Amino acid sequence: MMDPVPSWARTCPVPIDEQSERISLAHGEGARLSRRLIAERILPRFASPDATHFQDAATVTTVGCRLAICTDSHTVSPMFFPGGDLGSLAVFGTVNDLAVAGSHPRWLTLSLIIEEGLPISVLERILDSVSEAARQCRVRIVAGDTKVVPRGAADGLYLNTSGVGELIDPVPPGPCAIRVGDQILVSGPVGQHGIAVLSVREGYFFDSAPLSDSGSVIEQVVALRDSVGPHIRAMRDATRGGVSAVLHEWATECQQSFVLSESAVPLTEAVRGACELLGLDPLYVASEGMIVVAVDPEYASEAVCALRSVKGCEQAAVIGEVTTRGICPVSIRRVLGTPQPLDEPSGAPLPRIC
Amino acid sequence: MCLGVPGQVVEWIDRDPLFGRALIEFGGIRRECPMACVPEAEAGDYVLVHAGIAITRIDEQQARQTLKDLASIAADQDDHETSQESER
Amino acid sequence: MKFVDEFRDPIAARHLIQKIRATAQQPWVLMEVCGGQTHSLLRHGIDSELAGTVELIHGPGCPVCVTGIRVIDRAQELAFRPNVILASFGDMLRVPGTGGSLLSAKSRGARVLTVYSPEDAVQYAARNPAQQIVFFAVGFETTAPATALAVLHAQKLGLSNFSLLAAHVRVLPAMELLMASPDNRVQAFLAAGHVCSITGWHQYQDFADRFGVPVVVTGFEPVDLLQGILECVTQLESGRAEVKNCYGRSVAETGNVVAQAIVDRVYEIDDRDWRGFGTITNGGYRLRQEFHEFDAERRFFADRHASQTVADARRVYLQNGDQSGTAASPPFSQPFASAEQRCKAGEVLSGRLKPCDCPEYGTNCTPDAPLGSPMVSSEGACAAYFRYRGLSVIRGIQ
Repeated sequence: MMDPVPSWARTCPVPIDEQSERISLAHGEGARLSRRLIAERILPRFASPDATHFQDAATVTTVGCRLAICTDSHTVSPMFFPGGDLGSLAVFGTVNDLAVAGSHPRWLTLSLIIEEGLPISVLERILDSVSEAARQCRVRIVAGDTKVVPRGAADGLYLNTSGVGELIDPVPPGPCAIRVGDQILVSGPVGQHGIAVLSVREGYFFDSAPLSDSGSVIEQVVALRDSVGPHIRAMRDATRGGVSAVLHEWATECQQSFVLSESAVPLTEAVRGACELLGLDPLYVASEGMIVVAVDPEYASEAVCALRSVKGCEQAAVIGEVTTRGICPVSIRRVLGTPQPLDEPSGAPLPRIC
Repeated sequence: MCLGVPGQVVEWIDRDPLFGRALIEFGGIRRECPMACVPEAEAGDYVLVHAGIAITRIDEQQARQTLKDLASIAADQDDHETSQESER
Repeated sequence: MKFVDEFRDPIAARHLIQKIRATAQQPWVLMEVCGGQTHSLLRHGIDSELAGTVELIHGPGCPVCVTGIRVIDRAQELAFRPNVILASFGDMLRVPGTGGSLLSAKSRGARVLTVYSPEDAVQYAARNPAQQIVFFAVGFETTAPATALAVLHAQKLGLSNFSLLAAHVRVLPAMELLMASPDNRVQAFLAAGHVCSITGWHQYQDFADRFGVPVVVTGFEPVDLLQGILECVTQLESGRAEVKNCYGRSVAETGNVVAQAIVDRVYEIDDRDWRGFGTITNGGYRLRQEFHEFDAERRFFADRHASQTVADARRVYLQNGDQSGTAASPPFSQPFASAEQRCKAGEVLSGRLKPCDCPEYGTNCTPDAPLGSPMVSSEGACAAYFRYRGLSVIRGIQ
């Protein structure tokens, strides 16, 4: 945290020394160094047929469809974590937001806020990762911006990506459409990203840091749309705050309550072990590659089958259902089978010894 | 207070009586833990870890005994219920 | 996970509940001493499942709840000092001191490092020789071996930048205080399993005899807890008051003598301020004289009389700058006088006041804006109650 070694360097796979070329404030001042940084280091990674250089505004063509637009700023400490890094996270995060809204992600913008002193090799490594993730998701990076802030004003590098996607029918109506009896699904094991980041950031586990699930959920969304499209009420990627945060938000919007079954929640052995040890509840821990789905009960098993056909979603499962509104928005059946409140924590869960 | 989690000793890393450490596995993860309080634990044994250190070795035989006692309580309960059923 | 899943078996738990209901001919009042037990009882809904059969009073065994406000203030003050980093368990970060929590202090520039283990703090100190690392050593007998070992390790590594803000508490003196109180309602104790892993259960023999109260050493999984409750109820129904160990896999009669020796080498028993209880005789540990160089109180507050307020201390500190020295008035010689304490933690933690009967509960005191520590920690009695409200409504619907 306050190590003299910056957080990004501790897990950085790129070798860095005193001689490494670094970002200076001049790289952000709009003159020759800025232009060269963009032309030589950034643009070549995102070459696209309709943009040989980033314009201040990109023009794109659609064929009269409705669009989904979103924006997301990305910061993660450490910048490189088991199973991913800031670059891929910035693409997947925005692409996933577009996908769960029911759209086909098409275009992204990329904004960089760089801390003075960041080695250019580290920046390039992250940009490569952005480019690779965009290629995987088949989205194009069409516009961008670069700012450099003085040393100490940022933690290495922050990325903002905004995205545009074309909505594809049937578009899920959203949480307001959730009704009593609807089933709640998750597309895979929960909490993997949060545990991966926590274990490298705090150095909790030596031998076998668990991997983040950071990845695109496009395939999952497509599989659902193709099989049970009209019967999906809402989808959401369970990022910060985990599954619990999604359901608390939905409960407010649909004015119903949710009851989960603890034994149905899929977990990897690593997340299970880490959560026991640190005293965390996996339902509060972030994922970056799985989604929560509310679906018409008649189509729940079909939806689970569709998800399980997607690679990485073999553990997709129904974990709960919607009940009429009680005082407690989300509750969970544990060992004894009677529902207990699933609290909404005030802030990020902290490892505890108590 | 006192979150204690059982983990299995994978291997000793250092057998110093005070600053000895071993690799302990908890479900799918591993962590190095100070072992000063459980010098008798061997690879394969389970220890209880609290605040990062092993505080006691778990007694397998005692655990089995507890589970056996539970099973007999369950059997008693079942008998009890069956007799209640037949009374009805 | 082995030794976890077997003790979360739903069928065994159901059987135990039935047996407890069948055994109890009248309602009994039990206290689970340890906050970890409270956490588990509420997480699984065991207390509501047994409502009307046994009443469970959430005991004082949660260091987050009972750590004195003065020492929390000191921790916070240290975190603001130049070159000092306060290392703490995550548990303590949201506990309010006089001027807010460590988490809020952090946002105002204090340097706080969350660690999982005291050993992590020692390692951090070894890597950062220019910084003073102070470990905030809270916890009961269970945690004392880990912090004692950290001190021994720092000594071996010759670290002059590691020290301990020692705030360890001992559970038996608090139990004695509870039983001796004229308005005590507790009829049997679920003794704290992991404390007993260290201390053993023989220490309760005299206590059980003296007060005529059953003491049942109990673990933390639902099946463990139900087994402990069943044993308490069985003893109470037959008029017995014995010490019984229901957590045999982790607790031996004499405890862990190796761990006890480590604690004894580093600490000696001392009086201690408990939040809501005042000073408890023999209620905690302090560092032995040969480890005074690792005592943060002596290293950083040598110039300070123990009864000074934080505001006074800050003024002195600002006037004198950083004065590290070794001469000292004995720490904790006087209880912290809190004039404006609206939090009734003491009454709640001794079972004399139900959280929901507190005038501040749910209005001026909520988990987002707690007046006192019981509303903060994951197992704090008031926070637990706050969460629990509304459950009956859910039940009513189903």
